[in-house]
Amino acid sequence: MTDLESRLTRLTTPGLKPPTFPDADVAYTLHDTPIGTLLLAVAQGRVVASSFGDEETMTTRLARAVSPRVLRQPAALDDVRRQLDEYLAGRRHEFDLEVDLALATPFQRIVLSDLPVHTSYGHTTTYGRLAGEIHKPRAARAVGTALGANPVCVVLPCHRVIGSSGALTGYAGGLDAKRFLLNLESKS
Amino acid sequence: MAREKVLLPPFQALVDAHWRDVARLARALAGPVDGDDVAQRAWEKAFTAYPGLTSAKNLRSWLLTITAHCATDIHRARKPQRPLDDAPPIAVDGPEAADWPDPDLWQAVNALPERQRFAVTLKYVGDLDHHGVAAALDTTPAASRRLVSDALATLRTKLGVEDD
Repeated sequence: MTDLESRLTRLTTPGLKPPTFPDADVAYTLHDTPIGTLLLAVAQGRVVASSFGDEETMTTRLARAVSPRVLRQPAALDDVRRQLDEYLAGRRHEFDLEVDLALATPFQRIVLSDLPVHTSYGHTTTYGRLAGEIHKPRAARAVGTALGANPVCVVLPCHRVIGSSGALTGYAGGLDAKRFLLNLESKS
Repeated sequence: MAREKVLLPPFQALVDAHWRDVARLARALAGPVDGDDVAQRAWEKAFTAYPGLTSAKNLRSWLLTITAHCATDIHRARKPQRPLDDAPPIAVDGPEAADWPDPDLWQAVNALPERQRFAVTLKYVGDLDHHGVAAALDTTPAASRRLVSDALATLRTKLGVEDD
């Protein structure tokens, strides 16, 4: 490259402005909580993600499952963040949010969609019992797998489901997070 | 046969990766006042068109092409206000231009005929190859090569730099 050409490549100015956008099809933000950073996303006013997964993986999944117009727009998540913060501070027992299970498989949808009905604040149930509730009494293991991949953690309370021995078994956000949530609910 | 669904990356990934390039190119093509407007319009157009894209390849080049088209639009819209077609399209002596680097080069680039100015800016500020420049200017790579080499020749003469 000649001197002139390299001068041309440096043709730039300070104070560049990032663009602004109208409402995205999928708006998301990263929200720091006592149980870790959650990626929160809404599509058409419904919560499509509340996940411990990393930003690139989650936004790529959302782009494929919902719409590629995925943008970081924290203001669209204000209500979700507020409700989560209230819940995590022990001041809220139920979420007043609509959920969209676009990231879930058909079986996960069966397992997850009625979780708020089959579980209640401050109480735990087991994978086996939940399998019975959805009329698949022998599917405890599959139920566990479905819960483990819950795309809408905390809001859909998969943390209230534990092993029949009483062991916490597993959680996408780690067992410490699960313990934190169960302790929080038993105290409040 | 059903067309395979195009797997487009999340739009935010494009914004994060390319917004500076789009902003830089927009200012280089449209000047300090209109440049930010051009970049904003280009992003709005890209945002609207994005879900309909049939290929996920060359997204950067696609964005810079939209930016060039928006710069052309604004340039044409401004034209009636300017009596001389060959007048420099960009004011480089206003207060906004005070902290722009290399004013001699800017002046010389801005005095180029429009197609040459666009071609040389897309090539070096936009870092596009001749296929990308050609796509943005609705022409052929060979024509892009000619536009750029003519522009460089004029710039060398104007700036008094040797052909190194």
